[in-house]
Amino acid sequence: MIRYIIRRLLWGVVLLIVLAVLMFILFRVLPTANPALLRAGRDPQPKLVKEIEVVLGLNKSLPVQCWDYLKEIFLHFDFGYSYYSQESVRSLIAERLPETLSLTVGAAVLWIVAGLSVGIVSALRRHSFLDRALMGGALVAISAPEFWLGLVFLFLFASDIGKFKVFPGAGSYVGLTSDPWKWFTSLIMPWIVLASGSAAVFARLMRGSLSETMNEDYIRTARAKGLKERDVVRQGVRAAINPIVTLFGLEVGVLLGGAILVEVVFDIPGIGELFYKAIQTSDFPVTQGTVLLGSMFIILANIVVDVGYAYLDPRVRYS
Amino acid sequence: MSRRDLAGAPSTSEPLLRVEELRVEFPTEDGVVHAVDGITYQVLPGRTLGIVGESGSGKTVASLTTLGLTRRQGARISGRILFAGQDLVTLPEDRLRAIRGNDIAMIFQDPLSSLHPLYKVGAQLIEAVRAHRDVPKARARERAIELLALVGIPDPARRVDEYPHEFSGGMRQRAMIAMALANEPKLLIADEPTTALDVTVQAQILALMERLQRELGMAIVIITHDLGVVAEMADDIAVMYAGRIVETASAARLFAAPEHPYTWGLLRSIPRLDGPRAADLVPIPGTPPSLIHRPSGCHFHPRCPYAQPDHARIDPALEPTPDEPSHYVACLLSAQVRRGLWQELAAGRTPARALEAVGQPGAPA
Repeated sequence: MIRYIIRRLLWGVVLLIVLAVLMFILFRVLPTANPALLRAGRDPQPKLVKEIEVVLGLNKSLPVQCWDYLKEIFLHFDFGYSYYSQESVRSLIAERLPETLSLTVGAAVLWIVAGLSVGIVSALRRHSFLDRALMGGALVAISAPEFWLGLVFLFLFASDIGKFKVFPGAGSYVGLTSDPWKWFTSLIMPWIVLASGSAAVFARLMRGSLSETMNEDYIRTARAKGLKERDVVRQGVRAAINPIVTLFGLEVGVLLGGAILVEVVFDIPGIGELFYKAIQTSDFPVTQGTVLLGSMFIILANIVVDVGYAYLDPRVRYS
Repeated sequence: MSRRDLAGAPSTSEPLLRVEELRVEFPTEDGVVHAVDGITYQVLPGRTLGIVGESGSGKTVASLTTLGLTRRQGARISGRILFAGQDLVTLPEDRLRAIRGNDIAMIFQDPLSSLHPLYKVGAQLIEAVRAHRDVPKARARERAIELLALVGIPDPARRVDEYPHEFSGGMRQRAMIAMALANEPKLLIADEPTTALDVTVQAQILALMERLQRELGMAIVIITHDLGVVAEMADDIAVMYAGRIVETASAARLFAAPEHPYTWGLLRSIPRLDGPRAADLVPIPGTPPSLIHRPSGCHFHPRCPYAQPDHARIDPALEPTPDEPSHYVACLLSAQVRRGLWQELAAGRTPARALEAVGQPGAPA
């Protein structure tokens, strides 16, 4: 098992190197704009642009730039400096990590709890009115993009511009340490918006999976033993969760992508918003740094899922 | 004697389980499935009843209904299932739950799929004990080890912590039996308990069930398509076809003097060492009928080599045979013709030759 984990981690590092190279090529070959040009003022002089390119290191050949970049990351854990604010990318990300963690961890908890409970209720009341209503809602949640859903929520429920002034609106985010209650209320809408898509996917998967397991022979055995229906359902849920766990790793990627949009819509100063602004300003080191961080989380989440699977299902053994 | 007095054996003692006119129907989009169509039987304490029939004859549905396990599938159930003075058909779910796994236990065909793959065998046994007995976990665990030892699993103290996939097929069925015995039931319903097992293991499991029946004094209902199994185990036999009992008698009587053409078909489709060498195995022609659109008249007539034209109109009742009041058969042929036919068949003749010999016109093609 330990060897398996080490092997997976090493492969993760290889994957990150490949990703870093890909991203490097992608952002330079298809940049949103020439970063030097953006910084050369309203009426750019070619000489000034050249000078800025030298300062940013853009005059060197692409392979050399790429090699320098990778060397800094993997030897010194240094992601370079923002073209825009001159701050180190590492500290820019670290500063904004609490906001993004608040958003994504909260949303992930909501996603799993809501997704699984809706799925369980739907599976046990299959073809009832409640089931149809929940699955209809799930279909809407899967289909609605976060930026649209976010705006709808703001329009309906925000305390400043909403029809029903229920929750604090965009830009109301405060840190957990400064005011926990405000932190919580300001995140309610972003959590719901970010979690809805993944929760809906899980609800539908759980409904299908549990409907199937409740027809299994071992559920019949559990009933024949005279177990209470609550315990029978618990056995069904235990078996139904396994096939869904695998998809947790994939869905983490979807969640991180959604976090960018949600942070922008609700004006939460997190890593997603940082990334969004960096794209607009062709801030290569920041875009690359944030995407690499996101990739690292997705890779780690998948390793955790695969290792966790061995504990969830005794029939699975890694060698 | 009316059908309500039907008994598989002389009624010297009170029956433990008495099923009366049980009917189970499932409404589906294609029509109503008549899975069980008015069957009556009883099981005496400490005795074994074998219910025999092809798949789709309603034998499994009948026994699942006994435990109330068809209720949530939307089944329409009528008739009575009397057990210890209570009617299980109308008993509220929580009272029925107290009987399931406690007074009546059940084991199933495929022991691998019938055990939860993600829980240890011991945990599943402990659960069975604690569903009906308020005992601490440690005590229930001791009981689980005891039960595994009882069903002949070696090194039970270690095996109790293994998962079902670490057990062999035979051991899994032993574990299922151990689970069923957790609360020393008065009645064990075994639904095709050996079908998924190797032949050698089958014999072991049957021997185990017989031993446990002797030691614990429980009654057994064994459901199977395999006449070899009932020959070994059963005191009484009921043969089911298309949701009905078509023949019932003591095991000795049924094997010596079967009266229903379907029973003949079952007997002739198993190899025998004591029969004439020339006798070929004869499969029953055709397939079991749809339980939605059942044949008119005698449900067996489309597959019966001895059917007469009016058998497609008249529905035979289950009636006692002339000389043996505990032997019931539902057949439109006269007792005399039936006995003549069986004599010919037992001598190794084909159904057509047998018909000629007794001087009956052949079945319409």
